[in-house]
Amino acid sequence: MKYIVKKTGTLIITLLIVSFLSFMAFSVIPGDAAKSKLGTEATKEQVEALQHEMGLDKPVLVRYGLWLKDFVTGDMGESYSYSMPVQEMIADKIPVNLTMVLMGFFIILLFSIPLGIFTASHEGGMLDRFLMTCNQVVMSVPGFFLGILITYVFGLVLKWFTPGAYVSPSENFGGFLAYLIAPSIAIALPKSAMAVKMLRSSVITQLHMDYVRTAFSRGNRTGRVLGRHVLKNALIPVLTFWAMTIADIMANSIILEQVFTIPGMGSLLITSISNRDYPVVQGIIVLIAAMVVLINFTVDILYGKIDPRIRMDA
Amino acid sequence: MRKDRKNKSGNLIIGASLAGFMLLFLLIGLLYTPYDPDAMSGGAKFAAPSLAHLFGCDQFGRDILSRVMKGTGTTFFVGAATVMIGGGIGLLVGAFTGYFGGWLDEILMRFNDAVVSFPSILLALVFISILGPGKYNVILALGVVFIPSFARMTRSEFISQREMDYVKSARLMGASHLRIMFIHILPNTLPTVLATAAIGFNNAVLAEAGMSYLGIGVQPPDASLGRMLSESQAYLATAPWCALFPGVAVILLALGFSLLSDGLQKKGGK
Amino acid sequence: MFKGETMKRARLIPTLLFALTLTIVLGGCQDKKESGKESKNNESSTETKAEPTMGGSIVVGIPQDIEDSLDPHKSVAAGTKEVLFNIYEGLVKPDEKGNYIDAVAQSHTISEDGKTYTFTLREGVKFHNGADVTVDDVKYSIERCAGITEGTEPLIAAFSNVENVETPDDKTIVINLKEADTEFLAYLIVAVIPKDAQDLATNPVGTGPFMYASRSPQENIKIKKFADYWDTENQAYLDEVTFKVVSDSNAIVTGLKGGSLDMVARIDSNQSAQLKGEDFTIYEGGMNLVQALYLNNGEAPFDNVKVRQALCYAVNRQDVLDMIADGKGTIIGSSMFPAFDKYYMPELADKYPQDAGKAKALLAEAGYPDGFDMTITVPSNYQQHVDTAQILVEQLKQIGVNAKIQLVEWDSWLSDVYGDRKFQSTVVGVDAAYLSGRALLERFTSDSSKNFINFHNEEYDKLYQQVKKSTDDKEQTELYKKMETILADDAANVYIQDMASEVALRKSYSGFEFYPLYVLDLAKIYKVK
Repeated sequence: MKYIVKKTGTLIITLLIVSFLSFMAFSVIPGDAAKSKLGTEATKEQVEALQHEMGLDKPVLVRYGLWLKDFVTGDMGESYSYSMPVQEMIADKIPVNLTMVLMGFFIILLFSIPLGIFTASHEGGMLDRFLMTCNQVVMSVPGFFLGILITYVFGLVLKWFTPGAYVSPSENFGGFLAYLIAPSIAIALPKSAMAVKMLRSSVITQLHMDYVRTAFSRGNRTGRVLGRHVLKNALIPVLTFWAMTIADIMANSIILEQVFTIPGMGSLLITSISNRDYPVVQGIIVLIAAMVVLINFTVDILYGKIDPRIRMDA
Repeated sequence: MRKDRKNKSGNLIIGASLAGFMLLFLLIGLLYTPYDPDAMSGGAKFAAPSLAHLFGCDQFGRDILSRVMKGTGTTFFVGAATVMIGGGIGLLVGAFTGYFGGWLDEILMRFNDAVVSFPSILLALVFISILGPGKYNVILALGVVFIPSFARMTRSEFISQREMDYVKSARLMGASHLRIMFIHILPNTLPTVLATAAIGFNNAVLAEAGMSYLGIGVQPPDASLGRMLSESQAYLATAPWCALFPGVAVILLALGFSLLSDGLQKKGGK
Repeated sequence: MFKGETMKRARLIPTLLFALTLTIVLGGCQDKKESGKESKNNESSTETKAEPTMGGSIVVGIPQDIEDSLDPHKSVAAGTKEVLFNIYEGLVKPDEKGNYIDAVAQSHTISEDGKTYTFTLREGVKFHNGADVTVDDVKYSIERCAGITEGTEPLIAAFSNVENVETPDDKTIVINLKEADTEFLAYLIVAVIPKDAQDLATNPVGTGPFMYASRSPQENIKIKKFADYWDTENQAYLDEVTFKVVSDSNAIVTGLKGGSLDMVARIDSNQSAQLKGEDFTIYEGGMNLVQALYLNNGEAPFDNVKVRQALCYAVNRQDVLDMIADGKGTIIGSSMFPAFDKYYMPELADKYPQDAGKAKALLAEAGYPDGFDMTITVPSNYQQHVDTAQILVEQLKQIGVNAKIQLVEWDSWLSDVYGDRKFQSTVVGVDAAYLSGRALLERFTSDSSKNFINFHNEEYDKLYQQVKKSTDDKEQTELYKKMETILADDAANVYIQDMASEVALRKSYSGFEFYPLYVLDLAKIYKVK
């Protein structure tokens, strides 16, 4: 319990640091939302008036305080560019990235578990070597290049899907899911390769443990040993990797959004940065950070459940 | 176990030769390229690969082979410099926090957590918004982004080493903390550190490509592999070779170093 | 007022070829089914000639989302105005020939001293919310722009000249100006909005042929046909239009080919080349802007006219056109583009033919025999400007000038280059904010707040003072031409071109018309049988 309280404290401190840093960052970048909104024809007076209206003329710390006060009460402010509540805008985009993350994650599991176990149990064989070589290559392909390749081969040449034909989930849920398959694969493949490698070496380590040898020597069947003992133990180190992967998928989905022109949180973030629309930027950054911290937090707790020693160490 | 070891040293050899090959490729690029990588030629616009232009030409009629040679150099430089900055500072932070622990450790690790909880490309994006785009700013941004992972790795290594007997005896013999940290402990962590560096280099190469792809990395007309990929996507349907060769170069570079890191890890006896 | 391929938030008020007139212009009766005047058609694609049908929908790709405001008086981006053009109308509105035709007004007169504008309200004009347009709505709209309603800064700077708005009866609106301005009609395309309108930023209500339906940030904006549009002969054909945000230029081609987009305006030649043989009509036109390497005249070495001239001689403009647009576009030699027929001087385009020898000689005279280093700052979202800059770097190398490109975000450009004038040189496109030569040329007077290149020429300033005093159109034109010539002689900037612009429209649609300004008129587009 004390552990959880401590971790929660850490979580809050982390989020405070993240939000504060990004807030400070924005006061350093040249240009502000008022200038951005008014463009090149603006007079000095107009800019000043709008800056006043937006509250941009207040000192940074005061603005941060105000933002934090609102944030705590669940109000993330209003976008300068869209005159919409930030939480509404972000809530609109969450399904897009969440779907990509979930699909990507599912694909990773789909590839890595069978391949990881298979290669580990056939360690050193021809097929293992072949698969591991492929694996190494796939690992080294940048996600966006894979995206470009998929667009070219499956989109332009084979015409299996229409690049750019994204539909929003509210419009056509099936079409939405179908369109996200290609980018999810592009995100997931390099990560799957890493996961295969992790799982493989983890399983191999377990296979050489005494308890496994004992189990085999007692005449247990391979499948049973693998399923019962090895996998359970082998998954522990892989768990962290998967958790980290989710954060990575999230980040990668931002680049892949560009490749596949998906209007998700990434494109919102990028345009908001260039519009100096900092309520939106703040919202997204804090949200992503919170998500990552929460995942790590969950993994830590799960870890603690599986292996009580971690608590002491932390 | 034996097979695995063999496999791993195989990785080391393949990785080293691939990395070596790419290194040679870019070194040659520094001294000689078939054409001036920046020279434009209206007539050769989108020329397909041929004997004159092995990799074809891009939208300005620039020779892609020459640009890939130069671009590999740029990308390599960014990756290496990033690892130097991120690895150097991360190593120091990790060494001190791991060795001494205490409140400094607590503060720095909280800070570390904050940075780590941020997807690296996002953080780099925010950095670039502040610093402005450009090769050196990318290095700086990625370097900072990479500090935490190095710091973490080094820290845990130092924690596990600091209670070892050889450290205790060194301390008994009156060696200074700095001496213990850098003369005694550091060499023992070297395999892990090197492997981390190789992975870091790999990530830096991919991140540079990704950032240049988003248009915030290396500035035109400078060639970098990511920049070339990003520019070529517009011509994917008509001139796919513009994307293919820089893409392959990125993969080879990344592959070489990931195999290398694998092999190194093995040498470390893990 | 800067445009580029991605057209991000370019500030723009229409640029029309405006025949200055003091008499009544009757409008609204053009036969829009007339075909054949839609600019030069690309020889590779002929327009579908077929019967228009009513109904249907279309998906139009736009390069950026509306990020400033849906409030027509507060929006400044060209991309926003292009969409809002279909929703809002002013007392007058532009037509595709560059004339102003009456819209919400039935007719108008301008007093001879250029200080009083009188409008008669058109009958039967309805807002999208069903209410009739009254003179009070018009008065409110104009006063809102002038900042009279709320006693604040004018929402649109030019409206600071409005003294007051009177409504002597329920059909007449009189706008009194503080100072004579014979060109003020140009501003009265500003949207007429209901006086009790709430939340215009999220729920636009206008009088145009289409009404606002919905929007989804970063995804799309939907508008639908307004059945009660006053101009029954020019009702929209299509029932629904979706403006889909496609910020990535690569996705435009794939979207068009793949069928997720039906129309995209302002594609470049590379994109149109990829559409060859596909099911599209390609319309060709100009972007109506002055693309140049703008030089900071206030800073060494560009404070020296010889250096500026040397750069002009160093550049091969045709090469730029060939490289970035397969030779499409128009080479220009001063701050004026061809669509401004009245003021445009084609002879200036040949003023500085490429001549490395002359360029080097000029540099030597200026004290830079070995050239110098310079930085070209380019907003990174404008691919065509970035490409142009890359070509310039190569060309400048030949005279020993070593140029470096610095990409900046548009907002940094706005604040550092345009606002604070902290730059050496920059490649952008500048276009006209309104209809007269003033729009392009006032910028370069010494004390103009928009003179971001710090150009200073006393003769030029004097000429502009004369223009302001003049009420004679011919005299004004002559003076503007002299100003253009000074810009060219002084090599204020390295002028390059008015870039080519192409529009792709799926062949199952037709009716596209070019406007000499930055709008997309979707009321004219129809589905063919």
